[in-house]
Amino acid sequence: MSEDIKKFLYVNRKAPYGTIFAQEALEVVLIGAAFDQDVSLAFLDDGVFQLTKGQDTKEVGLKNFSPTFNALGDYEVTKFYVEQESLDERGLTLDDLQDVQYEDEDDDYNEKPSIIVVSRSQMADVMADQDVVLSF
Amino acid sequence: MKFGIVVSAGPYTYEASDSAFNFIKAAIAKGHEVSRVFFYHDGVNVATRLSIPPQDDRQIQQQWTDLAKEHDLDLVVCIAAAQRRGMLDKNEADRQGKDADNIAEGFRISGLGQLIEMSIQADRTITFGD
Repeated sequence: MSEDIKKFLYVNRKAPYGTIFAQEALEVVLIGAAFDQDVSLAFLDDGVFQLTKGQDTKEVGLKNFSPTFNALGDYEVTKFYVEQESLDERGLTLDDLQDVQYEDEDDDYNEKPSIIVVSRSQMADVMADQDVVLSF
Repeated sequence: MKFGIVVSAGPYTYEASDSAFNFIKAAIAKGHEVSRVFFYHDGVNVATRLSIPPQDDRQIQQQWTDLAKEHDLDLVVCIAAAQRRGMLDKNEADRQGKDADNIAEGFRISGLGQLIEMSIQADRTITFGD
């Protein structure tokens, strides 16, 4: 572990609007981005629903925070690990998710996908590789 | 070892704050350090000084206040989570024009940066929640 840079993983396990966990997780991610740590997000279980495209919350009176995910690249939050089995179990594919992108400053600011689909066993490796895991 | 603790579920409804409390007592007894306890989500409700549990039940807020005093613990309540749940200290109540405050002795209100800072500085961050 180099000096004061730690690997942070924010684990999102809940659907976006049934509970406040997704929204308050995002608030932590946004504040945490100011601390210049190595940040990744994980989406598994019902958490994969947080990234679905075309969310419309008007009728339920809750704030649609899903556009925020696409802005996280500007805060150098560019690694979104999405678990394949969680997608499969819910009848979702990558096409159902937002095309979250970031501008790669090391590659002439080309836009690149933030979403990395991983298997359940790869997700375990991602988690094992972290210094701090905060689960929501 | 230096522990940072997150409590993210509400008192009485969930055992999470009790488990955190018991963990901290055990860790300190074994010679470990607890650098901070961060209350988030419904965990902020642990800090209300207005709860009145039945006399034969554990007094969760008072237990934390006593533990903080005994071991000089830093108990931090997330301001964003607290405000939407009606948890205010005197300063915030005055600033927001509210006629009451309810943060118990031993707790302080601060921002989410305290959670990140705690996690950077601690050897281990442990979450007690749902």
